[in-house]
Amino acid sequence: MPDLNVQTSGFPWLSVIVFLPLLGAVLLFFVRETSSRWIALIISLADFALTLPLWSRFDPSTARMQFHEHVPWITSPSINYSLGVDGISFPLVLLTTFLIPLCVLASWRSIKTRINEFMAVLLVMECAMLGVFVALDFVLFYVFWEIMLIPMYLIIGVWGGPNRLYAAVKFFLYTLVGSVLLFIAILVLFFQGGHTFDILRLTQVDFDPVVQHWIFWAFFIAFAVKVPMFPFHTWLPDAHVEAPTAGSVVLASVLLKMGAYGFIRFMLPMLPEATATFTPMMVALSLVAILYGAYMALAQADLKKLIAYSSVSHMGFVTLGIFALNTQGIEGAIMQMVNHGITTGALFLCVGALYERTHSRMIADNAGLAGPMPRFATLLVIFALSSLGLPGTNSFVGEFLILIGTFLWSKAVAVIASLGIILAAVYLLRMVQHVAYGVPTEESAGHLTDLNAREMATFAPLVVLVFWIGLFPNPLLTLMHTSVDQVIAQAAPRSPVLTHQQSPTSHRVFSTVSRKPREKRDTQNRPVAPLALVPQTPNDE
Amino acid sequence: MQYALIPLLPFAAFLIVGLLGHWIKERAHLVAVPAVLGSLLLSLATLRDVSGGETISVPLYTWLTSGDLRVSLGLSIDRLTAAMLVLVTTVSSLVHVYTIGYMRGERGYARFFAYIALFTFSMLMLVMADNFLQLFVFWEAVGLCSYLLIAHWYERDSARAAATKAFVVNRIGDFGFLLGLLLVWLSFGSLEYEHVFAQAAKLSGDTINLLGPIGGAWEVSTLTLICLLLFMGAVGKSAQVPLHVWLPDAMEGPTPISALIHAATMVTAGVFMVARMSPLYNLSPAAMDVVAVVGALTMVLGATIALSQHDIKRIVAYSTVSQLGYMMMACGLGAYAAGIYHLLTHGAFKGLLFLGCGSVIIALHHEQDMRRMGGLKEKLPVTYWTFVVGSLALAGFPLTAGFFSKDEILVAAWSAGALGKTLAVLGLLTVLLTAFYSFRLVFVVFWGPSRVDAHHADHLQEPSKTMVVPLVILAVLSVAAGYLGITGFLAPVLGSNESHHATPAAFGVMGTATLLGLAGIAAAYVLYVRSPGLPDRMAQHWQRAYRLSLNKWYVDEAYDRTVVRPTFSLADGLWKRVDVALIDGAVNGMARAVAWWGWLMRLFQSGQVQHYALGMMLSVVVMLSMYLLF
Repeated sequence: MPDLNVQTSGFPWLSVIVFLPLLGAVLLFFVRETSSRWIALIISLADFALTLPLWSRFDPSTARMQFHEHVPWITSPSINYSLGVDGISFPLVLLTTFLIPLCVLASWRSIKTRINEFMAVLLVMECAMLGVFVALDFVLFYVFWEIMLIPMYLIIGVWGGPNRLYAAVKFFLYTLVGSVLLFIAILVLFFQGGHTFDILRLTQVDFDPVVQHWIFWAFFIAFAVKVPMFPFHTWLPDAHVEAPTAGSVVLASVLLKMGAYGFIRFMLPMLPEATATFTPMMVALSLVAILYGAYMALAQADLKKLIAYSSVSHMGFVTLGIFALNTQGIEGAIMQMVNHGITTGALFLCVGALYERTHSRMIADNAGLAGPMPRFATLLVIFALSSLGLPGTNSFVGEFLILIGTFLWSKAVAVIASLGIILAAVYLLRMVQHVAYGVPTEESAGHLTDLNAREMATFAPLVVLVFWIGLFPNPLLTLMHTSVDQVIAQAAPRSPVLTHQQSPTSHRVFSTVSRKPREKRDTQNRPVAPLALVPQTPNDE
Repeated sequence: MQYALIPLLPFAAFLIVGLLGHWIKERAHLVAVPAVLGSLLLSLATLRDVSGGETISVPLYTWLTSGDLRVSLGLSIDRLTAAMLVLVTTVSSLVHVYTIGYMRGERGYARFFAYIALFTFSMLMLVMADNFLQLFVFWEAVGLCSYLLIAHWYERDSARAAATKAFVVNRIGDFGFLLGLLLVWLSFGSLEYEHVFAQAAKLSGDTINLLGPIGGAWEVSTLTLICLLLFMGAVGKSAQVPLHVWLPDAMEGPTPISALIHAATMVTAGVFMVARMSPLYNLSPAAMDVVAVVGALTMVLGATIALSQHDIKRIVAYSTVSQLGYMMMACGLGAYAAGIYHLLTHGAFKGLLFLGCGSVIIALHHEQDMRRMGGLKEKLPVTYWTFVVGSLALAGFPLTAGFFSKDEILVAAWSAGALGKTLAVLGLLTVLLTAFYSFRLVFVVFWGPSRVDAHHADHLQEPSKTMVVPLVILAVLSVAAGYLGITGFLAPVLGSNESHHATPAAFGVMGTATLLGLAGIAAAYVLYVRSPGLPDRMAQHWQRAYRLSLNKWYVDEAYDRTVVRPTFSLADGLWKRVDVALIDGAVNGMARAVAWWGWLMRLFQSGQVQHYALGMMLSVVVMLSMYLLF
């Protein structure tokens, strides 16, 4: 039974994209170690290539789920194999398939043992992450969500640094606690929402505000651990420090996005009243994350820890944008998710390349690389500048939109959040000042070799994206507009909200912005016919 | 599109030199110089095109849309912009040519050209912006170029530190700028200049409660707040008090950069911005007063510090701080045209002074301390004479360009009410100081006995043609710029204060300024030529004042103690006490608690039947006693 509000296409694009990496992982058990890298690279590139036609076929004028697939899986209770993408998940799907080939390239030489297994685990990881973004059934979603933990646990625990077991167990247990609560929340939604696991249907149920509050806390912990929001962030630096380069990249670039994706996809549309009630808390935690993460980054001597804490700060911007609950805020948040994936992933790749040469991640041991490694230094400067939100690079677009959205919600909050941008300049430039510039230590100056062709091939697409998104963000933003408008319409409280702690002015501004799309959605969304096989006529955008 | 080519030519040069630098190497100038000269010619043509008073606008593309936010990139050229275009391309072209000689044989020759081409592009886009966000984007972009170029000799500790400091201090200013920009969007629903300026008057009654979030009530006019926040950006970029600290340190960069970025163009962006926003500032007298007072403070502070420095580039740098103060003060007093006029003439003579410093530095093999110079007048005649012309213009000597533009400011200040009169007096005082320190520089460097290192002294010679020709051109401009009728040209955009000129008060101010300037030069002559021992005795006598000036009013030290170190110790303390001890301690503590509980429970699972029997017995006793007792 196809659901309302979806658009199908003849070919099961999404299934192929999700399960091709899994197929590749299976294949990797039957090949020799020498060819496993190439097979992993080809499979992951093929997967990326498969998402590109999706981009051209993607219809940004509708908020409905596209490329929808629906196969009954279990009849009682009704659990379905149901996939689809919209403007919120599609950028993340693109990001994921784009980054995995780069991870394979980054692991080319740095992984020396059990190469087949490593590549297989990486591909399983890709399958699970893509599954999370495209699943439209809560049980299916949860399956992917949990599967994701295992490869990451293995990547850290098997191929990690000296303290890898502590980091892997900490990561696993921490996120597992969140997952258990998520599962309980899903069950409550099932029983309260008319016995369905269908995510789209559940977004249209009006849950009782009291129930919403309970589910909110479960969602909050599950997603806040993943983001990670302050004070649930301490697993992140450990995991990053111990993980191999590809693990850090996947972790920072995609895994951290799961939490924020959960907020946008589930919390806002399903729990509008609870969201409205707890928005001040979420905003406060985001602000703490932005400033606290930046201060933490300022105190680090280890490059990976520095970048890990900078992630806390940057993801604080993401949650801030989400809970500004307006178009600019949420679109900025999605942009920032993609941009953080690109930039922070690139920074971790830089650290990885460095570690392969100097065997140290300490800032003090890696000084003055502009001399011996000019290409590397140039790239490091570019990505650091992107990370500190320099206009013209990708991150500025996201941060600017988030600040616009926040400013509409509350000026004071935007002022505090902007302080994070100053601190970002301090901790990143301090790092650049030492690592890129500076005087090389005697033992490092002699034998350091600059990036080779494979490494340049890893970085080149990232550099292109940094500037391409920075200068032409509209193609990405266009994907999001209608879907984000729909989320905002759904997130508008359907019954009177219990508390409102906003000042009268900010509330006035807030509602003028969010009401407009809500009215539009009412005429656009409701009357869609159940069977939407025929593409809807384009909207008057 | 010929107008779009003005910024795009340098941009193309940047791309070519930047991407192919390792192949182009020593030929980088063959790409960069023609590109910038092309921009110069097109800018001159543009000057002609806007002389009729029309505004040319060239839309480029829509940059980003989100909700009701829509930002485009576009070029907008009116007379103010055209004047800035000519200034930027002229100085940039001359500096490009000069660089050929200055940087010859240096490592990073191509990199240097790539960055100055990128800078030229960014600066041109900045002045041609037609909306606030574009202004901000290129505002930060020029800051980036400044950062990269200050760090050009990155092996030096001081250069790296100076680069980071410049960027961070500018970021602090930009923090305000960005908030101002957000407030503009919130208040006007648009970021386009045209729309905002047209609607500005309607907003003049609006207020914002600054203490709203904490329950207080402090209503501030929205326009004043916007102007002050934007001005914060200008304070950073134009090195005004209290964010002036980065500019003198920025002298770590190669000298052509000091001339182009840190004297003639980028640092004047703040003044340009205030003038560009004059429709907003005019509606907010309070904000204008702040601008004027900050400008005046900067003017006096810069001049007092310049008196005692020994590094020739630092003297000129503090002089730049001081002159930027003049310009800002003029804008704050409503004399925008006078401020921009001084900006343009200053671009010529300060560029000249820096390039003059550069040729002295090259001749002396990177010596910058004036105590090891002296008597260079015969060895470097062209440098000497052009340097004198630049110094005369800086000192406001009659008939030079600096004379006209500075008097324009002082006269405007004098006729701008009580505040204006006070500031005009400060301005006159600064004229005296300026004349003194600029001729102190001339006399100590070029006159008197030679104190040059012996092994450099023999082969002192005038640097190459590519360095000398720009000096001569700038020297000509330092005089000629006074006769081009710039204020009249700018009047349609920025208003004019021609009416004050004929008054006796105006002649009084002009006369006083001229006399003070001459007095300053004479004082420098007496102190540094006639009785060379006197300065040291004076420094001994007024030791406290001398130390205050020598140590730059201790501003850096104050910031170090109140901002820099507390920030890092807070970060360190937070990390060790809160993150590691408290939060992670709680996480690990929870894990340990679970493990301990498991260990405790395991004790009961000993596998020995007697233990289980004992447990059963005890339980029965406990249950029975509970049953009996309750």
